[in-house]
Amino acid sequence: MGRDTPALDTILIAEKITLRFSGVRAIDDLSLSLRPGELLGIIGPNGAGKTSVLNCINGFYHPQGGRIIFAGRDITHLPPHLRAKAGLARTFQNIALYPGMSVLANIMSGRVIHMRANVVTNGIYWGPAERELLEHRARAEEIVDFLEMEEHRSHRVAELPYGVQKKVELGRALAMEPKLLLLDEPMAGMSADEKADMARYILELREVRRLPMILIEHDMGVVMDLCDRLVAMDYGKKIAEGPPDEIQRHPDVLRAYLGEATVA
Amino acid sequence: MSAQAILERPMVVVPAAAVERLDTFPKRLRHNAERFGDRVAFREKEFGIWHEITWRQYLDHVRACAHGLYALGLRRGDIITLIGDNRPELYYLAMGAQAIGAISCGMYQDSLAEQLAQLIDFAGARFVFCEDQEQTDKIVEMEGRLPTVERIIVEDWRGMWRYNHPKLLAYSNLEAMGREADSRSPDWFDEMVAEGSGDDVAILCQTSGTTAMPKLAMLSHDNLLTQGDNFRIFERHISERDEFVGYLPFAWIGEQMFSFTLHQQIGFTVNFPEEPDTAQRDFREIGPHFTFAPARIYEGLHSQVTVRILDAGRIRRGIYNAAMRTGIRAVELEADGKPVPWVLRLARVLWYWTVYRPILDKIGMTRMRVAWNGGASLGPDYHKFFRAMGLNLKQIYGQTEIAGISCVHRDGQVRFWTMGAPIAHTEVRLSDEGEILERSPSVFLGYYRNHEATARSLRDGWLYSGDYGALDASGDVIMFDRMGDMLQKADGTRVAPRVIEDMLKFTPYISEAMVVGEGQPHLAAILNIDMRNAGKWAEDHDLAYTSYTDLSQKPAIVDLLRRLVRETNARLQPEWRIRRFVSLYKEFHPDDEEMTRTRKLRRGHITERYRDLITAIYGGASQFQAVVTIRYEDGRTAEMRPVVQILDVDV
Repeated sequence: MGRDTPALDTILIAEKITLRFSGVRAIDDLSLSLRPGELLGIIGPNGAGKTSVLNCINGFYHPQGGRIIFAGRDITHLPPHLRAKAGLARTFQNIALYPGMSVLANIMSGRVIHMRANVVTNGIYWGPAERELLEHRARAEEIVDFLEMEEHRSHRVAELPYGVQKKVELGRALAMEPKLLLLDEPMAGMSADEKADMARYILELREVRRLPMILIEHDMGVVMDLCDRLVAMDYGKKIAEGPPDEIQRHPDVLRAYLGEATVA
Repeated sequence: MSAQAILERPMVVVPAAAVERLDTFPKRLRHNAERFGDRVAFREKEFGIWHEITWRQYLDHVRACAHGLYALGLRRGDIITLIGDNRPELYYLAMGAQAIGAISCGMYQDSLAEQLAQLIDFAGARFVFCEDQEQTDKIVEMEGRLPTVERIIVEDWRGMWRYNHPKLLAYSNLEAMGREADSRSPDWFDEMVAEGSGDDVAILCQTSGTTAMPKLAMLSHDNLLTQGDNFRIFERHISERDEFVGYLPFAWIGEQMFSFTLHQQIGFTVNFPEEPDTAQRDFREIGPHFTFAPARIYEGLHSQVTVRILDAGRIRRGIYNAAMRTGIRAVELEADGKPVPWVLRLARVLWYWTVYRPILDKIGMTRMRVAWNGGASLGPDYHKFFRAMGLNLKQIYGQTEIAGISCVHRDGQVRFWTMGAPIAHTEVRLSDEGEILERSPSVFLGYYRNHEATARSLRDGWLYSGDYGALDASGDVIMFDRMGDMLQKADGTRVAPRVIEDMLKFTPYISEAMVVGEGQPHLAAILNIDMRNAGKWAEDHDLAYTSYTDLSQKPAIVDLLRRLVRETNARLQPEWRIRRFVSLYKEFHPDDEEMTRTRKLRRGHITERYRDLITAIYGGASQFQAVVTIRYEDGRTAEMRPVVQILDVDV
């Protein structure tokens, strides 16, 4: 691959990413790309390095090798908050919300990167700051509506059940109006009903909004049903890539999940 | 003897030189759009904000719907069924259909696909309105059984991006189509409306059908409008400046009475909550001036308040109890027509500002002038509870077949064991068997396509209510129970199970109760624990549990129930006392056909379903092994074998 601009039909390219923690290779020469509107799943056993890949993409980790190109721009050395501004949003495996704040406030916090008002205008409040706030609030309300959280709008996040907190996480990420959404186990610990709801939201994001997403999820049924394409990882390496039905039968994937003996 | 109800002469409503007769709803609406113009007819909460819809806009939507429906082929006498949460769009369509002489028929939005299909097919509806994907899926799934349905109009298209069923049509497209047609022929709407007359059927209304399949009552514009007029004569306080919250199902006659009929007659504002889950909060934001709700709503509020109080500290609980004691004493004196001593009156004023009002504020009822209870009656204990807090809670009695209301409590004469007195132009008497019979201009036209049922309940202009009752000295109607639900014990004693059940349900830990004992030497009760409150109680007593089934059989919970049954028994005459009871492993539910959609018990079904359990109760067993088949949403089934304990209560 040359150094020139990447093809227009990719939103994200991760090229030969290598990440080491004092000798341990968490990610080993991994490449992946994502087309606009595509839903890519990353699967693999525990410790395969899935979350590390997301952390590299959104800038929490700095890989020792390789580069990351997002929307035609090399972001390898950009700090996380600038990547967020560039249009990258994510949810976390372990919920990372502001527990003392309301659902609405948490979602509004996702709007911060779009806020223009400054100390002066905010201090006066009336006028531009108020208009802007109303606009952000309207956006946040659209998300409340989308995720069907009207009932919880003004509840403190800490008082909500786990499944609802997970939805708030997604809501905050959506409030950033991202160009790419990284979902780290959005359904972990959810009930069957909640999972079905979450799957609906993800599908709608893909089908209606054409939002590209990378999804890490352990529920194979969900991954196989939702994703356009899968990347399977083991020990930091990409062991397979392709459409779900192909990956499902891939001998290396079976080996990684089930162990050597069963495949023979 | 048939006591003729005392009739109050209504004031003359229509001026002598009658202008245009406003004998149909579309005519009323057109009149209101002129009269009220930009006043607020509806308010709907969306995206967290209350949006206002003026009377003029209401009419615009209705005109568009009428044109659109007509263009799609809906004609005079045709039926459109409406399924969805109570929202303005249902009113636009219902009124639009009525404008061209068609009939609107609301359906309960929580009905199963099977039940909806049965009703829609029976009605032979040509058009179905579905609020969202959930409802649409039910109809599309059942399409093979609905040959008459030509169009499915959907409001919220969300989640349906791949649906391309030829019968589906977006509500917004219907309106757009209609608006275009309206601009082409602006006089058409008025011509259509002018053709309508008061004796046209306006709505088909599902009756609760505790016995068999629900029936569809045909109500004309006249039925509904006379009903509203005759009711208003006794409730003159309602004005166009009032606020009302329409959060109950559109299909319910109560909503048809208030949000549809009285709304057109008086012109108050109807507010629609954002989602069913937010209804209570939205209700509180509006703080309506009056409300009409079925008993379960008041029962729910009561249990919420009591649980909060149980949760409060000892001092606050003490204050609350003292306040309620004062209130209840005063209310009891008032109900007996005795004077309330001034000390008590003074205490009530104090308690009102310190205790009652803050509680009423939490449930959005500080501005409320009157709260009516309709549908199933509310136990006297509940009446006392709310009235003690200063809420003017009154009973409404009536059936769908008489357009909802035939009796109401008179102000100053609220005796909570009665159903109140007949409204204007309404007569009530008893048959020789003790059945309550009613006659008024609002008695329905008959059941749709069901002559047999019509002939049974409509004889010589009298509506046979199917309720067993009595008339007290003042002319108030007393209703004990449904005729068919009265129990006769082995020794011939007649028992009204509902009276006992209401007392049991008043305790916060019991959500439902059914008393059995037909032909038996004594009575028994099947109880449903209230999951929330009993769960809370278990937590407070360090009792771990997994599920409803598990909790319902915990010895400590069963003991708690035994105590409650014993306390109830102490307040009943000896022949009416409960000897044995079970705590059922599941809640009665409409999906299992154990209750109607308005949450009335379907005793026949329950008796049938739990026949073995009831036999075990009367066989003297102390335990019963039930076999339950659970059907999951995806069609899988599983079997559960809970052991139910049968307990004795000393009488």
